[in-house]
Amino acid sequence: MSAVIELRGVSREYGKPPTRALDDVSLTVERGEMLAVVGPSGSGKSTLLNVLGTLDRPTAGTVLIDGIDVAAQTDAQLAGLRAHRIGFVFQQFHLSEGVTSTDNVANGLLYSGVPLRERRIRAVEALHQVGLGHRLGHRPNQMSGGERQRVAIARAVVHRPPLLLADEPTGNLDSKSGAGIVDLLHELHGEGTSIIVITHDNALAEKLPRRIMIRDGRLTADSSSTSERVVVTAGATP
Amino acid sequence: MSVSAVRETPMHSRLLASDVYRLGFSGLIARPTRAILSALGIAIGIAAMIAVVGISSSSQAQLSATLDRLGTNLMTVAPGTSVFGEEQPLPFGVGGLVQRVDGVESVGTTGLLVDLHAYRSAATLKTDTNGLGVMTASSDLLRVIGGHIAAGSWLTDGTSRYPVVVLGAKSAEKLGVARPGEQILLGDDVYTVGGILECGELAPEIDTSVLLGERQGTSANAGERVHPTSVYIRADEERIDSVRQLIPGTVAPQSPSDVTVGRPSDALAAKQASDQAFTGLLVGLGSVALLVGGIGVANTMVISVLERRREIGLRRSLGAARPHIRRQFLAEALFLSLLGGVAGTVIGAAVTAAFAVGNGWPISIPPVVLAGGLGATLVIGALAGLYPAMRAARIPPTEALQS
Repeated sequence: MSAVIELRGVSREYGKPPTRALDDVSLTVERGEMLAVVGPSGSGKSTLLNVLGTLDRPTAGTVLIDGIDVAAQTDAQLAGLRAHRIGFVFQQFHLSEGVTSTDNVANGLLYSGVPLRERRIRAVEALHQVGLGHRLGHRPNQMSGGERQRVAIARAVVHRPPLLLADEPTGNLDSKSGAGIVDLLHELHGEGTSIIVITHDNALAEKLPRRIMIRDGRLTADSSSTSERVVVTAGATP
Repeated sequence: MSVSAVRETPMHSRLLASDVYRLGFSGLIARPTRAILSALGIAIGIAAMIAVVGISSSSQAQLSATLDRLGTNLMTVAPGTSVFGEEQPLPFGVGGLVQRVDGVESVGTTGLLVDLHAYRSAATLKTDTNGLGVMTASSDLLRVIGGHIAAGSWLTDGTSRYPVVVLGAKSAEKLGVARPGEQILLGDDVYTVGGILECGELAPEIDTSVLLGERQGTSANAGERVHPTSVYIRADEERIDSVRQLIPGTVAPQSPSDVTVGRPSDALAAKQASDQAFTGLLVGLGSVALLVGGIGVANTMVISVLERRREIGLRRSLGAARPHIRRQFLAEALFLSLLGGVAGTVIGAAVTAAFAVGNGWPISIPPVVLAGGLGATLVIGALAGLYPAMRAARIPPTEALQS
C-alpha cells in the first residue's frame, strides 16, 4: 500500500527572527485514509494544510505527495500536481458570485486542459454526486451555506483527485448543514478518496476514523496509535 | 515508499487558449462600470486621433475633388517689373499671341484701369473705393477661369456697346448690389450691372473686380486702349510644362525674365500642405491622450490585482501555474484596451463623418488609420497589462487560505 502523504521531519519557519509554525512534523497518510487534524487557532493547522496541499514549501524536511517529492518539483509541476491530484475545500467556499453552480464546479477542471463542453458535463455529474442535481443553474447567492459548501466540494472532486484537503469545511455552517457535509465527506471517502479535514471542532473530529492533534507546530497525539485505523481502498487508483 | 518516490509526474496543468479569452472577458464583465470608465480614456485618445486624421483627410479629398473640377491646367501671366522698378505692360493682342503657342487651349485677358474706381452712388466719397479693381475682360475670360454666373449674364459683344459691367461676388457684396439691373458709378459715369459672378476658387482676384467689355474700357480710359495686365491660359494637361516655358518669350520677347507665370492650383495645394503640419500637431496631442488612457488601464489593472488576491490564490490551488495567471490578467488588459479602441474608432469616425457632412466634404477615413488605431490600442493594452499581470502571477498560492 502506498502512502498518499508522507512528511518526514518537516519544519516551516516564517520571518526574522524565525518563528516555527511547523516543528519537525512527521506524518504518514495511507491511500484511502480519512483523518482530522485538530488544534486550536495558531497551532500551525493552516501551515500544515498549505504544506500538504503543495501551496507552500517547507523550510526543512521532506514532503512526498502521492509519492512525489515536492522539493524536486518546479512551481509549474506543483501546479500540475494540484490540478490533477489534490482537491481543496475552504471554510469560506470561495465560489465565484454571479456564476452558476455548474460553471463554478467546471472551474475545477479549468487548469486540466479539458474543453468547456466536457467540463460542464463532468460538473453536472459531480453536482449530482453531492446531491445538488436540482441546483445546476443556481448562483451562489441563491443557495444556502450548506448547498454552497456542497458546490465547493463538487468543484474539489470534479477532477477525481486521490487526495481531498478540507479546511474547516463546516466552520461557516449551522450544525445541521455541517452534519450533512460530514456525511458527504464520508461518502466520498467510501468511494476511495483520501480525505484530510483540518478543524478546531472536536465534535467533528470525533466522527472521523483517525485524529491528529497539533499544538505549537508539533503533533501531540495520533489516534491511529491507539485505535483501529479505517482504511478504504475500494476504487482507489494508483 | 521507495516505489512511489521515483514516480514522475506525467500531468501538467494546462489552460486552453479559448479559456484565456473567456477569463479575460468575464473579468471585465464582472466589473462593468470600472471597465467602461477606464476604457473611456483610451476611447478619447483614439477618437481624437482618428477624428483629426479623418477630418484632414476629408478636407484633402474635398480639395482634390475641387481640383478635379477646376482643373490644374490654368496658368496666369502677369507683367513683370524691369530692373528699374517700372511695370512692363503686356503688349496689345497678347491673347492672340499666346493662343498660337503649341499646347494652349484657350486664353482670356484682363486689363486693369488703374485710376478708375467703382462707387455705389454719386453720394459716395471718392476715396471710398472698397479696394475694388476696375478692369476690362475679354469675352473668353469666364470660360477660361471656370467661373460661373450667379445672376444676370456675362459680357457679350452686344452688351459691350453699352455701359454695362459684371461684378465679382465680393464686389457685389461691397457695393451692395443684390441683383442685375442696378446701377453703379465708375468714376463719374453711370453703368448698369449686367451680371454677378459666383466666387471663383482659382482666380480669387476676379471676386473683387468690376469687369467691363474691352470697348467700354477704351471709352472709360479716355479713348485709349487698356493694356492687358493679366493673361489666363488653359493648356493641355500633358504639355503644361513646355507651355510654361514658351510663354515668357511669347509675351515679352525683349525681356522674358520679367514676366511672371503662375499656376493657381499650386497655391491651393501649398495651403493644404501647411494644414498638414497642423494636423501633425493635433495627432501628437491625441497620442498624449492615448498615453494617459493607457496609464488609466494600468492603474485599473493594478487595483484589480490587489483586490483579487483571494481569487488568484484559489486559482493557484485549482492548479493554475504562474503563466496561466499572467495570461489571464494580460488578456483582461487587452480586452479593456480593445474595448476603448473600438469605441474610440467608432466615435472618431462618427465625428469625422459629422464634420465632413457639415462642411459638404466627402467622408474620407483611410482604412490604414482605423487599423493603426486598433493596433495602437493592442500595444497599449499589452504594455499597460504587463506589470499588473506579472504582479498577479507573483501572488503566492497560500492566499487562498488566508481568512
